[in-house]
Amino acid sequence: MTPPVLNLSMLELAGALARREISSVEATRACLNRIEAVDARVKAFLRIDAEGALAAAKASDDRRRAGAALGPLDGVPVAVKDIFLTEGVETTAGSKILAGFIPPYDATVVKLLKGAGLPILGKLNQDEFAMGSSTESSAFFPTHNPWDLSRTPGGSSGGSAAAVAAREIFGALGTDTGGSIRQPAALTNTVGLKPTYGRVSRFGVIAFASSLDQVGPITRSVVDAAALLQILAVHDPRDSTSSNAAAPDYLSEIEGGVSGMRLGVPREYFVPGMDPQVEQAVRRAASDLERMGAKLVDVSLPHTRYALAAYYLIAPAEASANLARYDGVRYGLRAPAPGGLREMYLQTRAAGFGPEVKRRIMLGTYALSAGYYDAYYLKAQKVRTLIREDFLRAFEKVDAIISATSPVAAFKLGEKVDDPLAMYLMDVLTLPCNLAGLPGLSVPCGFAAGNLPIGLQILGRPFDEGRVLRIGRAFEREHDFAERAPAL
Amino acid sequence: MKLTLQEVRHVAALARLSLSPEEEERYRHQLSAILEAMEQLKALDTENVLPTSHAIVEDSGLRQDVVIPSIEPAKALANAPDKVGTSFAVPKIIE
Repeated sequence: MTPPVLNLSMLELAGALARREISSVEATRACLNRIEAVDARVKAFLRIDAEGALAAAKASDDRRRAGAALGPLDGVPVAVKDIFLTEGVETTAGSKILAGFIPPYDATVVKLLKGAGLPILGKLNQDEFAMGSSTESSAFFPTHNPWDLSRTPGGSSGGSAAAVAAREIFGALGTDTGGSIRQPAALTNTVGLKPTYGRVSRFGVIAFASSLDQVGPITRSVVDAAALLQILAVHDPRDSTSSNAAAPDYLSEIEGGVSGMRLGVPREYFVPGMDPQVEQAVRRAASDLERMGAKLVDVSLPHTRYALAAYYLIAPAEASANLARYDGVRYGLRAPAPGGLREMYLQTRAAGFGPEVKRRIMLGTYALSAGYYDAYYLKAQKVRTLIREDFLRAFEKVDAIISATSPVAAFKLGEKVDDPLAMYLMDVLTLPCNLAGLPGLSVPCGFAAGNLPIGLQILGRPFDEGRVLRIGRAFEREHDFAERAPAL
Repeated sequence: MKLTLQEVRHVAALARLSLSPEEEERYRHQLSAILEAMEQLKALDTENVLPTSHAIVEDSGLRQDVVIPSIEPAKALANAPDKVGTSFAVPKIIE
């Protein structure tokens, strides 16, 4: 039996904290007890920082008592994907090559959470260096979907989504390079937001593909996602791609509804191989939004079918460059190598990286290597232009685009691990958004047979998170999907 | 697109990855299949299309040229597998 406090949304808990009906220490302890009770089965956490979180919770209670809360979410416990540097707390990005690494500083987003008074309960499991769609490429253990423990929670932010779905935590941060926030959110009945590229700082976020990576929240309600984004959407002088534009007040217009909005339904997003139950749920969600006053518009994004190939050249190419830093010199693993420096590099990287990471380093290195650069990497970057232009053209006609987040509901653990191409197909509906740098949200929109959650994806114009959240909120308000909890 | 064993070894050397014979064979097959799937991009005419490296480009401006504190050497060295004084130590490169 889940204690009622754990079913509260972040803003509901914030209200209870403000009214002094509960303390942050009590809420944090409730999370710790819940983790104790269920995480041996869910396996969402790589590390728990009970001491740090309880100290932060106590400090928050002192502030609340003194009437000096740091912000609306002061005292609401959260956790973060292991890709974020946390000063003094081991950070591995799910890789053996970083086992034992203690960051000397906090990622900007971690600093922002702490600055807003949120206790951070620990580090959440992920695919190694965020490369994967099932959390099975974690070097430590796979995470299980709380809705069906024999299935994956998706990935790469699978630990974040599973912990939020299992009520182990009130909200979490993930990263999304090709769908790694939205796809696990869809598979676990949670809300996941990938902001516009540049909206949230990447400083202190272990890099996968730097032109695609973006940080965002995973929560149990759209309003919570907006409240967390409000904390995160701040210009960071330490990230040259961080936007200068001031963030709007995301909560002020979130209840405004969809009346009069034009929502594009791209025909290319009903892909072959899609689960008919997913298609049905998404078409039903579209008519629901129409009933609420939105106008549905048939749109075409003609280059969609090239997006997967372009993405799986660009992302591995950037990854192969980013992961060159794991060389056994400054931090992380160093393999013994009597043969000298070059052998040390070769052995360290062979011992430290898992199979999926090696595969992507090989693919990216190949795509960038002499003689193949033009045919693969440059070609993919040109296709990226066409995909981006498809979206910009569609946004001349519509205010946002809706589709399924994932073509299927949660699949079985082990089902796709030996077939990289089948696994890559899991990102087919989410990765075009990263190539175009757009904001994207996944909200719960139904269940397939076996009580497996389905997500609705809402894509918006660059920096139009406010509208994307408003559409998600309008949908959420009319349905009770998000309130349903898995039986654990 | 069928990769040869020689090409796999060349790419692994560029990436500074030591692969076992089993890995070489496995990646040869898997990368060949992946690259074959990528071949579909060739069907698109991109002759007059400019490449995109970043989808959103904002000029976030230059910062003031002022000194700001950075990590002190002891902290920066704390995770080093090997160190000498304030330097990272590596295996000998030249005799």
